Amino acid sequence: MVDSKVLAEVALTKEEFDLIVEKLRREPTLVELGMFGAMWSEHCGYKNSKLLLRAFPTESSRVLQGPGENAGAIDIGDGLAVVMKVESHNHPSAIEPYQGAATGVGGIVRDIFTMGARPIALLDSLRFGPLDQPRNRYLFSGVVAGIGDYGNCIGVPTVGGEVFFADSYSNNPLVNAMCVGLIDSSSIVTSRASGVGNVLMLVGADTGRDGIHGATFASVELNEKSEERRPAVQVGNPFMEKLLIEACLELLKHDYVVGMQDLGAAGITSSIVESASKGSAGVEIDVLKVSRREANMTPYEVVLSESQERMLIIARKGCEEKVKAVFDHWGLHSDVIGHVTDDGMVRVKEGPSVVAEIPSQYLTEPPLYRRQGLKTGHLEMLQSFDLSRLAEPADLSQALLTLLASPNIASKRCVYQQYDHTVQTNTLVAPGEADAAVLGIKGTDKAISLATDGNGRYVYLDPYIGGAIAVCEAARNVVCTGAEPLAITDCLNFGNPEKPEIFYQLEQAVLGMADACRALGTPVVSGNVSLYNETNGEAVDPTPVVGMLGLIENVDRRCTLRFKHEGDAIVLIGDVRGVGLGASEYLAVYHGIVAGRPSLDLEMERRVQNLCLAAIRQGLVSSAHDCSIGGIAISLAVSGIFGGLGARIEPPREATNPSEWLFNEAQSRIVLTVKSANLRPLAKLAGDLSVPLAVLGEVGGDRLLIGSWIDLPVAQMAAIWDQAIAKQLSNH
Amino acid sequence: MIRFGVIVFPGTNCDADTFHAIDAVMKQPVEYIWHQEASLDRFDCLILPGGFSYGDHLRAGAIARFSPVMQAVERFAEAGGLVLGICNGFQILTEAGLLPGALLRNDALQFRCKWVDLRVENAATPFTSLCHSGQVLRMPIAHGDGRYFADPDTLRRIEENGQVLLRYCAPDGRLTEESNPNGSLNAIAGICNDRRNVFGLMPHPERCVEPALGGADGLYVLKSILDNFADPAKVPVRHHAGGAPAGRDESSLPEGGDGAILPPRSSNGALGSGGSGR
Repeated sequence: MVDSKVLAEVALTKEEFDLIVEKLRREPTLVELGMFGAMWSEHCGYKNSKLLLRAFPTESSRVLQGPGENAGAIDIGDGLAVVMKVESHNHPSAIEPYQGAATGVGGIVRDIFTMGARPIALLDSLRFGPLDQPRNRYLFSGVVAGIGDYGNCIGVPTVGGEVFFADSYSNNPLVNAMCVGLIDSSSIVTSRASGVGNVLMLVGADTGRDGIHGATFASVELNEKSEERRPAVQVGNPFMEKLLIEACLELLKHDYVVGMQDLGAAGITSSIVESASKGSAGVEIDVLKVSRREANMTPYEVVLSESQERMLIIARKGCEEKVKAVFDHWGLHSDVIGHVTDDGMVRVKEGPSVVAEIPSQYLTEPPLYRRQGLKTGHLEMLQSFDLSRLAEPADLSQALLTLLASPNIASKRCVYQQYDHTVQTNTLVAPGEADAAVLGIKGTDKAISLATDGNGRYVYLDPYIGGAIAVCEAARNVVCTGAEPLAITDCLNFGNPEKPEIFYQLEQAVLGMADACRALGTPVVSGNVSLYNETNGEAVDPTPVVGMLGLIENVDRRCTLRFKHEGDAIVLIGDVRGVGLGASEYLAVYHGIVAGRPSLDLEMERRVQNLCLAAIRQGLVSSAHDCSIGGIAISLAVSGIFGGLGARIEPPREATNPSEWLFNEAQSRIVLTVKSANLRPLAKLAGDLSVPLAVLGEVGGDRLLIGSWIDLPVAQMAAIWDQAIAKQLSNH
Repeated sequence: MIRFGVIVFPGTNCDADTFHAIDAVMKQPVEYIWHQEASLDRFDCLILPGGFSYGDHLRAGAIARFSPVMQAVERFAEAGGLVLGICNGFQILTEAGLLPGALLRNDALQFRCKWVDLRVENAATPFTSLCHSGQVLRMPIAHGDGRYFADPDTLRRIEENGQVLLRYCAPDGRLTEESNPNGSLNAIAGICNDRRNVFGLMPHPERCVEPALGGADGLYVLKSILDNFADPAKVPVRHHAGGAPAGRDESSLPEGGDGAILPPRSSNGALGSGGSGR
């Protein structure tokens, strides 16, 4: 009965099938096989990444919940905790961008309120192929609209994120959504199913055939036939989600439930298996008790459906009616579908007959693979590419304008103006105004700062350093708002790990991230792995996305990136002699070369962040903006554009190669502006913390003047930078 | 103390923000009202907040208008009570016929979230009494269906009758094409009914009530309501259920143009930072 076609459908290998037979001491039923396929998929089971992920530090004095639950939780004091997680929805978005992205948002939001937290912010980290291709424009527009419509409807502000374009993401976009919630730290809910006789209730949407095999679909490569998987893409209903948020949060004010679990990938299967295994209990459900939206659904379809906007509630025995009343109030449907047992089994019945009966630990303990990585000769060649003989641009001002018009650097206003970022009235620093978003915490003097980051080009050219930079830059971003970095959530977007060169990228990137997390004291509290991001055998650039949480103790000491006052001194702190155009946007955009390698000194990074944070906290800083993609020139230009102010910059005499000084992407550098009276205290602080500091010039006028190299009106830069993406979209 | 009620439909999502503005910032008593309630006599002012009632299914506001509470809102308005509809609340009020016209899909066919400048066209209403005519306010918008539309006769009538209270404008008050974020006819951002006791606007005054949020101009609208009650001459007389018959009471509200207008204020900070009730 079980042939290679059946195994392909559930994405299991022959060896894995044999292992199942060995464990069960019999052949699995079709329902059981489907459940194994889903639970052992990379998406649910992390079979290729789990051993690597052990490298991550996951603890600190602030971590209340690390990896393993629906989301991580971090103590921010005052009896409050922040709950956060980032997750991918790449494969569905490649096939059906609007619904793929929308349901990605819905899924991550459920992870947050499942913990009992009210969702207070969303961020989205997006990667697309170049906009000159129609398919990429379609994917871009659909994804942005899908994210917007879902988040806007549920009233959770989308406050940040990134959008990056590169060839490797053509037809395989990356859509990573991060949600952040707030909760009383004593009220965190877990997904444990415990207490024999306690009742399993399924609430929210009815179950249909949508999304069957979504988890396994997400764990294989895309090809020409992927379009046929459209039915595996779920359809979102944000209105239902909004009702679920309110009903679940209201339910948790009472003592009716012992646990809660959202239904995401692998639907009922993963929710009952995970709650049973975490509670060291068993569960039994009857698929006939599940309300359906389609007739004649088989047990296989019911337990593997990924219909959206559903939650599993583990209610105390006898509280069923009270739970039902809460959902009734919100017009939501609830069904008692089973109960908790003490035999450790996950048992699925259809009326009287048992259709699946598996010890839960078999499902949660897939085989773990540690594959062999290989650094290719091609990568060696790219890294050692000779950049010394590049022609210097004839017109550096024109080169700067070219960079400002690059979609990777240009304003993302046409994206974030489609997202409601002011609802909930906590947004103190809105998208674009700083390197990270800042949200006030009502009733306290505190604010949190949120950023996502991850440069696939850096990771492609040096997976270890690129992985470390993703963490460092995300931390630097929140530091530039005056926040202390506390913890990260991460999403690892890579190609097929069975290929040695891809496994090398994954392994090295994880190690780099882990070392950076240790250096900066920011543990990993949650995350997600998305592998097999390949289309017709071509992998995406390896793209770990880091979501960073920072804390501002005194909200009045927050900082933004725009130049504030004429006459302020412009100061560069950190790696002031930074050199090397390797892996830079300038190299890619102006010379069409992706080569060289990024570099990073973790100790310098740590110190420059400490200095920036101390200076902002002491009130010395008018503006802060890190040097990242596009280098110093772009950092200065963007701060000027936002402030409507120019600058007069004198490059150091030893800078003999103009394009390298202007556009290199050396890490660990932040441009600060300070009132002239604050220059001396800042220099003293920098000395105390052993951080190099260089005065570059001063804020003023309406032009950006950099030595004899650059002379541009701020208004001209602003117009080009602001309109670049909209222009690319409408030019076709 | 003015007793505010914030109406909550399934899918409303600005209820907590509106509650916070009234409770924590304006220090006034406020309650949530579930959409199935039918008795609203305990309130002085009702607010229909923003959001996506019923998921905007069918059409924004089209289903919410049939909620039980809307009949009570109609009686409340008919009796002269003050009703403020923000964003989706404005859409519901037009669907319910309490305000003329309709809100259509933005001309860019996309959701728009941004800050806009708004010119006060008529300061002689209970919702704008702390402003002066021509004053420019700054508030956030966040909507996909905000393009105000009315047939030519209705448009002429509400213009002539001073029912247009806010128009999208440039920072200096000029009406320009670029300053109209959604293609609204006559750049209309907010209108009131003939009696001046029902006001709907697409911008979100509750999102700009503290300088830290980027501005506090929303308080011009919200505190105008308080100002209205502070002056006994302007307090609307309402017929509570069980009291006098619910007939129209036209005398209690200022007619267009001859209501008391407060001295002009600068557009910046005249109302100070949030937190202090008047």
